[in-house]
Amino acid sequence: MIFDNFFRKKSSGSVAKDRLKLVLVSDRANCSPELMEQMKSDIIQVISKYVEIDIHGLDIKITQTESGEGHGTVPALIANIPISEMKVKNS
Amino acid sequence: MGEVIVITSGKGGVGKTTTTANLGTGLAQMGKSVVLIDTDIGLRNLDVVMGLENRIVYNLVDVIEGTCRINQALIKDKRNPSLYLLPSAQTKDKSAVSPEQMRKLAEELKEKFDYILMDCPAGIEQGFQNAIAGATRALVVTTPEVSAIRDADRIIGLLDAAEMDRTDLIVNRLRADMVKKEEMMSSNDVVEVLGINLIGVVPDDENIVISTNKGEPLVGSDTLAGKAYMNICRRILGEEVPMLDLYRKDGFMSKLVSKFKKKELK
Repeated sequence: MIFDNFFRKKSSGSVAKDRLKLVLVSDRANCSPELMEQMKSDIIQVISKYVEIDIHGLDIKITQTESGEGHGTVPALIANIPISEMKVKNS
Repeated sequence: MGEVIVITSGKGGVGKTTTTANLGTGLAQMGKSVVLIDTDIGLRNLDVVMGLENRIVYNLVDVIEGTCRINQALIKDKRNPSLYLLPSAQTKDKSAVSPEQMRKLAEELKEKFDYILMDCPAGIEQGFQNAIAGATRALVVTTPEVSAIRDADRIIGLLDAAEMDRTDLIVNRLRADMVKKEEMMSSNDVVEVLGINLIGVVPDDENIVISTNKGEPLVGSDTLAGKAYMNICRRILGEEVPMLDLYRKDGFMSKLVSKFKKKELK
């Protein structure tokens, strides 16, 4: 039946595969929480030189993304950094 | 010059020792001279799976420490004259041996044997480093479960870092009935996740338990697992062998025949 397919739960086999793909991305990146924090604070420091950042809205994580050259999924650093105010360049 | 192959997995209990015993026996049946080394110091196992536990006099640590010569420690297999086992020590711990010493031992054995198979302990510590030290080729064993696959991925990373010439994957204990229902990852799924070459798939076969009980590897026998192991041996030798069809639907007659066969086995 068509409806069966609609309402069928995702099989546990494909759940396992999806979960594994995700966990292996962070395993392979070998990125500990401490390292992540360090990277985050460095990024904040650099960007703060030019613009005012909303630190509470900041979100930086390692995830996976489709590569442009057809290599399938590759790990990527995704950063969402809200700017609260453009700094006036005082030279 | 022989080839040194390490059989490893990361996670324990996925079938490294059974795989080592069967591949070694299979290669010997094909006329190769083979030595199996149990590198799991403190937790000796390969000897009982091979059915050779009563013949041990010297062990790996004795050889390394120079208490005996290699020839004195090698145990000849019961059925295959070109197959030998170097058992592990039961009373020592992993620090009794260093990777450098293992490399030297492997070099020496390469002169006399076609294949040296290292049965690696679980984990990624010293025992793992010892087992891979002399090897130029690795077989990673995993089952189609998340924990085993995750550990296998870690191991593959470490083997890459150790610059292994070649690393292949064995998917063990696959249950075709569950894969059909999509309640288990298929071997293709596992290959897709891990991204290395598949050299064989071994089905979950109760004959493995029976053969381990007896201490007689079942490679080459008329069982699914026995055929699967033999195919892996042939692929190790470089033959192109198609993958076993584990998903074949059994008709009424073939079910009947296999029932009779099982009775004969007992």
